[in-house]
Amino acid sequence: MIDEVLLRALAAGVGVAVICGAVGCFLVWRRMAFYGDTLSHSALLGVAAGLIAGISPAIGALVVCLLVAASYAAMQSMRSVPSDTLLAVIAHGSLAAGLIAITVLAPGYVNVESYLFGDLLAIGDTELATIYAIGMVVALCTGFCWRAWLAISVDEELARVEGVAVARHKLLQMLVMASLVAVAMNVVGALLVTALLVIPPAAARAIARSPEQVALFGAGVGALSVIGGLMGSWHADSPAGPSVVMTAVALFGLLHVFSRLKR
Amino acid sequence: MNNNTLLSAENISFNIGGRPILEHVSLSISEGEILTLIGPNGAGKTSLLRILLGLNRADSGSVWLKPGLRIGYMPQNIVLNDTMPLTVERFLQIAVRDRKRLSEAAREAGINSLLSSPVSAVSGGEFQRVLLARALLRDPHLLVLDEPVQGVDVTGQAELYHLIDEVRRRHRCAVLMISHDLHLVMAATDTVVCLNRHVCCAGHPEAVGNDPAFQQLFGSRVTKEIAVYSHHHDHAHDLHGEVIHSHD
Repeated sequence: MIDEVLLRALAAGVGVAVICGAVGCFLVWRRMAFYGDTLSHSALLGVAAGLIAGISPAIGALVVCLLVAASYAAMQSMRSVPSDTLLAVIAHGSLAAGLIAITVLAPGYVNVESYLFGDLLAIGDTELATIYAIGMVVALCTGFCWRAWLAISVDEELARVEGVAVARHKLLQMLVMASLVAVAMNVVGALLVTALLVIPPAAARAIARSPEQVALFGAGVGALSVIGGLMGSWHADSPAGPSVVMTAVALFGLLHVFSRLKR
Repeated sequence: MNNNTLLSAENISFNIGGRPILEHVSLSISEGEILTLIGPNGAGKTSLLRILLGLNRADSGSVWLKPGLRIGYMPQNIVLNDTMPLTVERFLQIAVRDRKRLSEAAREAGINSLLSSPVSAVSGGEFQRVLLARALLRDPHLLVLDEPVQGVDVTGQAELYHLIDEVRRRHRCAVLMISHDLHLVMAATDTVVCLNRHVCCAGHPEAVGNDPAFQQLFGSRVTKEIAVYSHHHDHAHDLHGEVIHSHD
Protein backbone atom coordinates (compact mmCIF):
# COMPACT_ATOMS: atom_id res chain seq x y z
CA MET A 1 0.00 0.00 0.00
CA ILE A 2 1.14 3.48 -0.86
CA ASP A 3 0.04 4.89 2.49
CA GLU A 4 2.08 2.29 4.30
CA VAL A 5 5.18 3.30 2.34
CA LEU A 6 4.62 6.91 3.23
CA LEU A 7 3.98 6.11 6.88
CA ARG A 8 7.12 4.03 7.14
CA ALA A 9 9.11 6.79 5.45
CA LEU A 10 7.66 9.29 7.90
CA ALA A 11 8.41 7.11 10.92
CA ALA A 12 12.00 6.55 9.79
CA GLY A 13 12.58 10.13 8.73
CA VAL A 14 11.09 11.75 11.80
CA GLY A 15 13.00 9.37 14.07
CA VAL A 16 16.32 10.22 12.46
CA ALA A 17 15.58 13.93 12.21
CA VAL A 18 14.55 14.28 15.84
CA ILE A 19 17.69 12.66 17.17
CA CYS A 20 19.97 14.42 14.64
CA GLY A 21 18.37 17.77 15.39
CA ALA A 22 18.91 17.26 19.10
CA VAL A 23 22.49 15.96 19.00
CA GLY A 24 23.72 17.98 16.03
CA CYS A 25 24.04 21.10 18.19
CA PHE A 26 27.39 19.79 19.42
CA LEU A 27 28.71 19.79 15.86
CA VAL A 28 27.59 23.41 15.58
CA TRP A 29 29.03 24.52 18.91
CA ARG A 30 32.31 22.71 18.42
CA ARG A 31 32.56 23.96 14.83
CA MET A 32 32.66 20.46 13.50
CA ALA A 33 30.11 20.64 10.70
CA PHE A 34 32.79 19.43 8.35
CA TYR A 35 33.34 16.43 10.58
CA GLY A 36 29.77 15.35 9.89
CA ASP A 37 30.47 15.71 6.18
CA THR A 38 33.58 13.58 6.45
CA LEU A 39 31.67 10.83 8.21
CA SER A 40 28.93 10.82 5.65
CA HIS A 41 31.41 10.66 2.79
CA SER A 42 33.11 7.70 4.39
CA ALA A 43 29.74 6.09 5.03
CA LEU A 44 29.52 5.60 1.28
CA LEU A 45 32.71 3.56 1.43
CA GLY A 46 31.04 1.58 4.18
CA VAL A 47 28.03 0.90 1.99
CA ALA A 48 30.32 -0.42 -0.72
CA ALA A 49 32.20 -2.55 1.79
CA GLY A 50 28.93 -3.90 3.15
CA LEU A 51 27.65 -4.81 -0.30
CA ILE A 52 30.90 -6.47 -1.31
CA ALA A 53 31.19 -8.38 1.96
CA GLY A 54 27.60 -9.50 1.56
CA ILE A 55 26.40 -7.95 4.80
CA SER A 56 23.90 -5.13 5.05
CA PRO A 57 25.07 -1.78 3.65
CA ALA A 58 23.82 -0.09 6.82
CA ILE A 59 26.11 -2.17 8.99
CA GLY A 60 29.00 -1.60 6.58
CA ALA A 61 28.37 2.15 6.86
CA LEU A 62 28.24 1.95 10.64
CA VAL A 63 31.49 0.02 10.89
CA VAL A 64 33.40 2.31 8.51
CA CYS A 65 32.02 5.46 10.21
CA LEU A 66 33.19 4.18 13.59
CA LEU A 67 36.60 3.31 12.16
CA VAL A 68 36.94 6.74 10.58
CA ALA A 69 35.90 8.43 13.83
CA ALA A 70 38.47 6.46 15.79
CA SER A 71 41.29 7.02 13.33
CA TYR A 72 40.52 10.73 13.06
CA ALA A 73 40.67 10.97 16.85
CA ALA A 74 44.04 9.21 16.78
CA MET A 75 45.41 11.39 13.96
CA GLN A 76 44.41 14.67 15.59
CA SER A 77 47.71 14.80 17.42
CA MET A 78 49.41 15.29 14.04
CA ARG A 79 50.23 18.93 14.51
CA SER A 80 51.66 19.59 11.05
CA VAL A 81 48.27 19.08 9.36
CA PRO A 82 45.35 21.29 10.43
CA SER A 83 42.32 19.29 11.50
CA ASP A 84 39.99 20.53 8.76
CA THR A 85 42.58 19.60 6.13
CA LEU A 86 42.92 16.19 7.74
CA LEU A 87 39.15 15.83 7.54
CA ALA A 88 39.21 16.79 3.87
CA VAL A 89 41.83 14.12 3.19
CA ILE A 90 39.71 11.48 4.89
CA ALA A 91 36.42 12.70 3.38
CA HIS A 92 37.52 12.84 -0.21
CA GLY A 93 39.73 9.79 0.05
CA SER A 94 36.93 7.63 1.34
CA LEU A 95 34.33 9.11 -1.01
CA ALA A 96 36.54 8.34 -3.99
CA ALA A 97 37.30 4.87 -2.70
CA GLY A 98 33.60 4.27 -2.07
CA LEU A 99 32.58 5.38 -5.57
CA ILE A 100 35.26 3.22 -7.18
CA ALA A 101 34.31 0.23 -5.05
CA ILE A 102 30.62 0.56 -5.83
CA THR A 103 31.03 0.99 -9.58
CA VAL A 104 33.89 -1.46 -10.16
CA LEU A 105 33.38 -4.17 -7.59
CA ALA A 106 29.61 -4.18 -7.26
CA PRO A 107 28.40 -2.83 -10.59
CA GLY A 108 25.00 -3.01 -12.15
CA TYR A 109 22.63 -3.84 -9.38
CA VAL A 110 23.55 -0.94 -7.11
CA ASN A 111 21.96 2.44 -7.51
CA VAL A 112 24.72 4.78 -6.33
CA GLU A 113 22.33 7.70 -6.40
CA SER A 114 20.13 6.20 -3.71
CA TYR A 115 23.10 6.20 -1.34
CA LEU A 116 24.21 9.68 -2.34
CA PHE A 117 20.80 11.28 -2.01
CA GLY A 118 18.90 8.80 0.11
CA ASP A 119 15.89 6.68 -0.62
CA LEU A 120 13.49 7.36 2.17
CA LEU A 121 10.53 5.81 0.39
CA ALA A 122 12.35 2.50 -0.03
CA ILE A 123 12.96 1.95 3.69
CA GLY A 124 12.05 -1.49 4.99
CA ASP A 125 11.10 -2.79 8.41
CA THR A 126 14.64 -3.91 9.31
CA GLU A 127 16.06 -0.49 8.53
CA LEU A 128 13.30 1.13 10.51
CA ALA A 129 14.12 -1.04 13.51
CA THR A 130 17.86 -0.28 13.13
CA ILE A 131 17.14 3.44 13.03
CA TYR A 132 15.15 3.32 16.25
CA ALA A 133 17.59 1.02 18.02
CA ILE A 134 20.60 3.19 17.24
CA GLY A 135 18.57 6.31 17.85
CA MET A 136 17.80 5.08 21.38
CA VAL A 137 21.47 4.36 22.12
CA VAL A 138 22.50 7.77 20.80
CA ALA A 139 19.79 9.53 22.81
CA LEU A 140 20.77 7.72 26.01
CA CYS A 141 24.47 8.48 25.54
CA THR A 142 23.76 12.12 24.84
CA GLY A 143 21.41 12.51 27.78
CA PHE A 144 23.87 10.86 30.10
CA CYS A 145 26.84 12.96 28.91
CA TRP A 146 24.93 16.18 28.29
CA ARG A 147 26.57 18.22 31.03
CA ALA A 148 30.10 17.10 30.25
CA TRP A 149 29.61 17.66 26.53
CA LEU A 150 28.22 21.11 27.22
CA ALA A 151 31.23 21.94 29.39
CA ILE A 152 33.57 20.77 26.62
CA SER A 153 31.72 22.81 24.01
CA VAL A 154 31.94 25.96 26.12
CA ASP A 155 35.61 25.61 27.01
CA GLU A 156 37.62 22.45 26.81
CA GLU A 157 40.43 23.49 29.10
CA LEU A 158 38.21 24.81 31.85
CA ALA A 159 36.28 21.54 31.63
CA ARG A 160 39.50 19.57 31.98
CA VAL A 161 40.71 21.51 35.00
CA GLU A 162 37.27 20.97 36.52
CA GLY A 163 37.70 17.25 36.20
CA VAL A 164 35.83 16.31 33.02
CA ALA A 165 37.49 13.40 31.19
CA VAL A 166 37.72 15.49 28.03
CA ALA A 167 39.57 13.06 25.76
CA ARG A 168 37.26 10.16 26.59
CA HIS A 169 34.14 12.26 26.14
CA LYS A 170 35.32 13.65 22.83
CA LEU A 171 35.96 10.15 21.54
CA LEU A 172 32.56 8.97 22.72
CA GLN A 173 30.90 11.97 21.12
CA MET A 174 32.62 11.26 17.81
CA LEU A 175 31.53 7.62 17.92
CA VAL A 176 27.96 8.68 18.69
CA MET A 177 28.00 11.08 15.74
CA ALA A 178 29.44 8.33 13.55
CA SER A 179 26.62 5.94 14.34
CA LEU A 180 24.11 8.70 13.82
CA VAL A 181 25.55 9.56 10.42
CA ALA A 182 25.47 5.91 9.37
CA VAL A 183 21.77 5.82 10.23
CA ALA A 184 20.87 9.23 8.83
CA MET A 185 22.46 8.33 5.54
CA ASN A 186 19.52 6.05 4.86
CA VAL A 187 17.22 9.03 5.04
CA VAL A 188 18.92 11.83 3.15
CA GLY A 189 21.93 10.13 1.59
CA ALA A 190 25.64 10.62 2.06
CA LEU A 191 25.81 14.05 0.45
CA LEU A 192 23.07 15.68 2.47
CA VAL A 193 23.40 14.01 5.84
CA THR A 194 25.29 16.87 7.50
CA ALA A 195 22.27 19.00 6.70
CA LEU A 196 20.09 17.09 9.18
CA LEU A 197 22.75 17.41 11.86
CA VAL A 198 23.59 21.06 11.39
CA ILE A 199 20.64 22.97 9.91
CA PRO A 200 17.97 22.17 12.56
CA PRO A 201 20.10 23.26 15.56
CA ALA A 202 21.29 26.30 13.61
CA ALA A 203 17.66 27.17 12.90
CA ALA A 204 16.68 26.53 16.51
CA ARG A 205 19.38 28.94 17.69
CA ALA A 206 17.25 31.81 16.40
CA ILE A 207 14.55 31.22 19.00
CA ALA A 208 16.35 29.26 21.74
CA ARG A 209 17.32 30.85 25.03
CA SER A 210 19.36 28.00 26.47
CA PRO A 211 21.51 25.15 25.15
CA GLU A 212 18.75 22.71 26.06
CA GLN A 213 16.25 24.66 24.00
CA VAL A 214 18.56 24.46 21.00
CA ALA A 215 18.42 20.67 21.25
CA LEU A 216 14.66 20.61 21.86
CA PHE A 217 13.74 23.04 19.09
CA GLY A 218 16.36 21.43 16.85
CA ALA A 219 14.54 18.14 17.21
CA GLY A 220 11.28 19.91 16.35
CA VAL A 221 12.72 21.63 13.29
CA GLY A 222 14.17 18.29 12.15
CA ALA A 223 10.80 16.57 12.48
CA LEU A 224 8.99 19.37 10.65
CA SER A 225 11.58 19.26 7.87
CA VAL A 226 10.99 15.57 7.28
CA ILE A 227 7.21 15.91 7.36
CA GLY A 228 7.20 18.97 5.11
CA GLY A 229 9.81 17.52 2.77
CA LEU A 230 8.00 14.22 2.38
CA MET A 231 4.66 15.91 1.74
CA GLY A 232 6.29 18.11 -0.88
CA SER A 233 8.01 15.15 -2.42
CA TRP A 234 4.76 13.17 -2.52
CA HIS A 235 2.84 15.93 -4.25
CA ALA A 236 5.46 17.45 -6.51
CA ASP A 237 7.23 14.15 -7.21
CA SER A 238 10.54 15.72 -6.18
CA PRO A 239 13.37 13.59 -4.71
CA ALA A 240 12.64 13.00 -1.01
CA GLY A 241 16.08 13.67 0.57
CA PRO A 242 16.70 17.03 -1.11
CA SER A 243 13.09 18.06 -0.38
CA VAL A 244 13.66 17.40 3.32
CA VAL A 245 16.85 19.46 3.28
CA MET A 246 15.16 22.31 1.41
CA THR A 247 12.41 22.39 4.02
CA ALA A 248 15.03 22.57 6.76
CA VAL A 249 16.78 25.43 4.96
CA ALA A 250 13.46 27.25 4.58
CA LEU A 251 12.77 26.86 8.31
CA PHE A 252 16.28 28.12 9.06
CA GLY A 253 15.64 31.24 7.00
CA LEU A 254 12.16 31.81 8.41
CA LEU A 255 13.19 31.46 12.05
CA HIS A 256 16.17 33.76 11.72
CA VAL A 257 14.21 36.43 9.85
CA PHE A 258 11.44 36.09 12.43
CA SER A 259 13.82 36.55 15.37
CA ARG A 260 15.40 39.59 13.68
CA LEU A 261 12.04 41.23 13.14
CA LYS A 262 11.02 40.60 16.71
CA ARG A 263 14.10 42.39 18.02
CA MET B 1 58.03 19.16 50.46
CA ASN B 2 56.11 19.24 53.74
CA ASN B 3 52.57 18.45 54.85
CA ASN B 4 51.29 21.84 53.75
CA THR B 5 52.43 21.48 50.17
CA LEU B 6 49.56 21.64 47.70
CA LEU B 7 51.49 21.37 44.51
CA SER B 8 55.08 20.93 43.55
CA ALA B 9 56.92 20.76 40.27
CA GLU B 10 60.38 19.24 39.98
CA ASN B 11 62.83 19.95 37.24
CA ILE B 12 60.28 20.73 34.51
CA SER B 13 61.59 21.04 30.97
CA PHE B 14 59.37 21.76 28.00
CA ASN B 15 60.04 22.25 24.29
CA ILE B 16 57.85 23.38 21.43
CA GLY B 17 59.15 22.26 18.06
CA GLY B 18 62.64 21.80 19.46
CA ARG B 19 62.70 25.29 20.95
CA PRO B 20 63.22 25.21 24.70
CA ILE B 21 60.39 26.95 26.54
CA LEU B 22 61.19 25.83 30.06
CA GLU B 23 64.44 24.45 31.43
CA HIS B 24 64.71 22.65 34.77
CA VAL B 25 62.02 24.67 36.52
CA SER B 26 61.06 23.69 40.05
CA LEU B 27 58.58 25.34 42.36
CA SER B 28 56.09 24.49 45.05
CA ILE B 29 53.07 26.09 46.67
CA SER B 30 51.89 25.62 50.22
CA GLU B 31 48.49 26.13 51.77
CA GLY B 32 47.44 29.78 51.85
CA GLU B 33 50.52 30.98 49.99
CA ILE B 34 50.35 33.56 47.22
CA LEU B 35 52.89 32.75 44.57
CA THR B 36 53.27 35.05 41.60
CA LEU B 37 55.05 34.21 38.40
CA ILE B 38 56.64 37.15 36.69
CA GLY B 39 58.91 37.36 33.70
CA PRO B 40 59.18 38.92 30.25
CA ASN B 41 57.01 37.87 27.29
CA GLY B 42 57.98 34.44 26.04
CA ALA B 43 59.47 33.49 29.39
CA GLY B 44 57.27 30.41 29.56
CA LYS B 45 54.93 31.59 32.32
CA THR B 46 51.74 30.40 30.70
CA SER B 47 53.39 27.16 29.56
CA LEU B 48 54.44 26.45 33.13
CA LEU B 49 50.95 27.15 34.40
CA ARG B 50 49.44 24.85 31.78
CA ILE B 51 51.83 22.08 32.71
CA LEU B 52 50.96 22.46 36.38
CA LEU B 53 47.27 22.25 35.47
CA GLY B 54 47.80 19.17 33.34
CA LEU B 55 46.82 20.94 30.11
CA ASN B 56 50.26 20.37 28.63
CA ARG B 57 52.70 17.58 29.29
CA ALA B 58 56.26 18.42 30.24
CA ASP B 59 59.05 16.75 28.27
CA SER B 60 60.80 15.92 31.49
CA GLY B 61 60.34 16.52 35.17
CA SER B 62 57.33 15.80 37.32
CA VAL B 63 54.32 17.56 38.78
CA TRP B 64 52.85 16.45 42.07
CA LEU B 65 49.41 17.51 43.23
CA LYS B 66 48.15 16.87 46.72
CA PRO B 67 45.62 14.05 46.43
CA GLY B 68 42.10 15.49 46.22
CA LEU B 69 43.36 18.98 45.42
CA ARG B 70 40.60 21.17 44.00
CA ILE B 71 41.82 23.84 41.64
CA GLY B 72 39.83 26.88 40.61
CA TYR B 73 41.22 28.08 37.29
CA MET B 74 40.71 31.50 35.80
CA PRO B 75 42.15 31.39 32.29
CA GLN B 76 43.64 34.35 30.49
CA ASN B 77 40.97 34.64 27.88
CA ILE B 78 38.12 32.45 26.86
CA VAL B 79 36.54 33.19 23.54
CA LEU B 80 32.82 32.71 23.95
CA ASN B 81 30.83 33.45 20.87
CA ASP B 82 27.15 33.74 20.35
CA THR B 83 26.65 30.35 18.72
CA MET B 84 25.41 28.88 21.99
CA PRO B 85 22.68 30.75 23.85
CA LEU B 86 24.19 30.82 27.31
CA THR B 87 23.39 33.11 30.20
CA VAL B 88 25.97 33.86 32.86
CA GLU B 89 23.94 31.77 35.28
CA ARG B 90 23.89 28.78 32.94
CA PHE B 91 27.63 29.23 32.34
CA LEU B 92 28.21 28.95 36.08
CA GLN B 93 25.86 25.98 36.36
CA ILE B 94 28.22 24.01 34.15
CA ALA B 95 30.62 23.92 37.10
CA VAL B 96 28.13 23.42 39.93
CA ARG B 97 24.36 23.02 39.85
CA ASP B 98 23.62 23.86 43.48
CA ARG B 99 21.62 27.10 43.37
CA LYS B 100 22.58 28.28 46.80
CA ARG B 101 26.30 27.94 46.18
CA LEU B 102 25.87 29.54 42.79
CA SER B 103 24.22 32.64 44.17
CA GLU B 104 26.83 32.86 46.94
CA ALA B 105 29.67 32.77 44.43
CA ALA B 106 27.89 35.30 42.23
CA ARG B 107 27.43 37.66 45.16
CA GLU B 108 31.04 37.26 46.18
CA ALA B 109 32.29 38.05 42.69
CA GLY B 110 29.82 40.95 42.41
CA ILE B 111 28.03 39.62 39.35
CA ASN B 112 24.48 39.21 40.68
CA SER B 113 23.15 41.72 38.20
CA LEU B 114 24.74 39.84 35.30
CA LEU B 115 23.26 36.41 35.95
CA SER B 116 20.54 36.64 33.32
CA SER B 117 22.65 38.33 30.63
CA PRO B 118 24.00 36.29 27.74
CA VAL B 119 27.71 35.60 28.23
CA SER B 120 28.42 37.15 24.84
CA ALA B 121 27.01 40.49 26.05
CA VAL B 122 29.28 40.74 29.09
CA SER B 123 32.32 43.05 28.96
CA GLY B 124 35.89 41.88 29.40
CA GLY B 125 36.22 43.06 32.99
CA GLU B 126 32.84 41.65 33.93
CA PHE B 127 33.68 38.35 32.35
CA GLN B 128 36.84 38.06 34.45
CA ARG B 129 34.57 38.29 37.49
CA VAL B 130 32.31 35.64 36.02
CA LEU B 131 35.33 33.38 35.58
CA LEU B 132 36.37 34.09 39.15
CA ALA B 133 32.89 33.11 40.33
CA ARG B 134 33.12 29.87 38.37
CA ALA B 135 36.52 29.15 39.91
CA LEU B 136 35.07 29.83 43.39
CA LEU B 137 32.18 27.45 42.80
CA ARG B 138 34.61 24.59 43.05
CA ASP B 139 35.51 25.70 46.56
CA PRO B 140 39.16 25.52 45.57
CA HIS B 141 42.21 24.85 47.70
CA LEU B 142 44.24 26.58 45.04
CA LEU B 143 43.20 29.44 42.78
CA VAL B 144 45.16 29.62 39.54
CA LEU B 145 44.98 32.94 37.71
CA ASP B 146 46.60 33.67 34.38
CA GLU B 147 46.99 37.43 34.12
CA PRO B 148 43.65 38.04 35.80
CA VAL B 149 43.41 41.72 34.93
CA GLN B 150 44.32 41.55 31.28
CA GLY B 151 42.03 43.72 29.19
CA VAL B 152 40.53 45.38 32.25
CA ASP B 153 40.74 49.16 32.70
CA VAL B 154 42.87 50.66 35.46
CA THR B 155 40.09 51.15 38.01
CA GLY B 156 38.76 47.72 37.25
CA GLN B 157 42.22 46.22 37.74
CA ALA B 158 42.54 47.57 41.26
CA GLU B 159 39.04 46.36 42.09
CA LEU B 160 39.68 42.93 40.66
CA TYR B 161 42.92 42.50 42.60
CA HIS B 162 41.17 43.66 45.73
CA LEU B 163 38.42 41.14 45.08
CA ILE B 164 40.91 38.32 44.54
CA ASP B 165 42.65 39.21 47.78
CA GLU B 166 39.33 39.25 49.67
CA VAL B 167 38.32 35.94 48.19
CA ARG B 168 41.62 34.40 49.15
CA ARG B 169 41.28 35.49 52.74
CA ARG B 170 37.71 34.28 53.01
CA HIS B 171 38.31 30.90 51.40
CA ARG B 172 41.80 30.48 52.85
CA CYS B 173 43.01 29.22 49.51
CA ALA B 174 46.44 29.46 48.01
CA VAL B 175 46.88 31.57 44.89
CA LEU B 176 49.14 30.91 41.95
CA MET B 177 49.08 33.70 39.42
CA ILE B 178 50.85 35.24 36.51
CA SER B 179 51.00 38.98 36.68
CA HIS B 180 52.66 41.84 34.89
CA ASP B 181 51.88 44.39 37.54
CA LEU B 182 55.19 44.47 39.38
CA HIS B 183 54.14 46.99 41.99
CA LEU B 184 51.14 45.01 42.97
CA VAL B 185 53.07 41.78 42.93
CA MET B 186 55.68 43.22 45.22
CA ALA B 187 53.06 44.45 47.63
CA ALA B 188 50.70 41.53 47.87
CA THR B 189 52.67 38.38 47.30
CA ASP B 190 54.35 35.91 49.61
CA THR B 191 56.63 34.46 46.98
CA VAL B 192 57.72 35.75 43.62
CA VAL B 193 59.17 33.45 41.02
CA CYS B 194 60.91 35.34 38.30
CA LEU B 195 60.90 33.15 35.24
CA ASN B 196 62.86 33.43 32.05
CA ARG B 197 62.76 29.89 30.74
CA HIS B 198 64.50 28.91 33.96
CA VAL B 199 63.88 30.27 37.42
CA CYS B 200 66.02 33.41 37.57
CA CYS B 201 65.31 34.14 41.15
CA ALA B 202 62.63 33.27 43.62
CA GLY B 203 61.73 34.26 47.12
CA HIS B 204 60.12 37.02 49.08
CA PRO B 205 59.26 40.01 46.86
CA GLU B 206 61.71 42.32 48.61
CA ALA B 207 64.63 39.99 48.07
CA VAL B 208 63.63 39.26 44.51
CA GLY B 209 63.14 42.94 43.71
CA ASN B 210 66.73 43.55 44.66
CA ASP B 211 68.12 40.58 42.86
CA PRO B 212 70.38 41.69 40.00
CA ALA B 213 68.90 39.00 37.81
CA PHE B 214 65.49 40.59 38.32
CA GLN B 215 66.86 44.05 37.60
CA GLN B 216 68.53 42.74 34.51
CA LEU B 217 65.20 41.41 33.27
CA PHE B 218 63.00 44.36 34.01
CA GLY B 219 65.47 47.25 33.79
CA SER B 220 66.65 49.46 36.58
CA ARG B 221 64.01 52.14 36.01
CA VAL B 222 61.21 49.75 36.87
CA THR B 223 63.01 48.16 39.74
CA LYS B 224 64.64 51.20 41.30
CA GLU B 225 61.76 51.89 43.62
CA ILE B 226 61.71 48.37 44.84
CA ALA B 227 65.44 47.86 44.93
CA VAL B 228 67.59 48.69 47.90
CA TYR B 229 69.19 45.52 48.87
CA SER B 230 71.48 43.55 46.62
CA HIS B 231 72.90 40.11 46.92
CA HIS B 232 75.12 37.65 45.22
CA HIS B 233 74.14 36.88 41.65
CA ASP B 234 75.40 34.01 39.61
CA HIS B 235 74.27 34.81 36.07
CA ALA B 236 73.00 37.47 33.72
CA HIS B 237 71.06 37.40 30.43
CA ASP B 238 72.04 38.42 26.93
CA LEU B 239 69.59 39.95 24.45
CA HIS B 240 68.06 36.58 23.66
CA GLY B 241 67.55 35.69 27.25
CA GLU B 242 70.41 33.21 27.21
CA VAL B 243 72.20 32.80 30.48
CA ILE B 244 75.65 34.32 30.71
CA HIS B 245 77.59 33.14 33.70
CA SER B 246 79.21 36.22 35.09
CA HIS B 247 81.99 34.49 36.96
CA ASP B 248 83.38 31.06 36.42
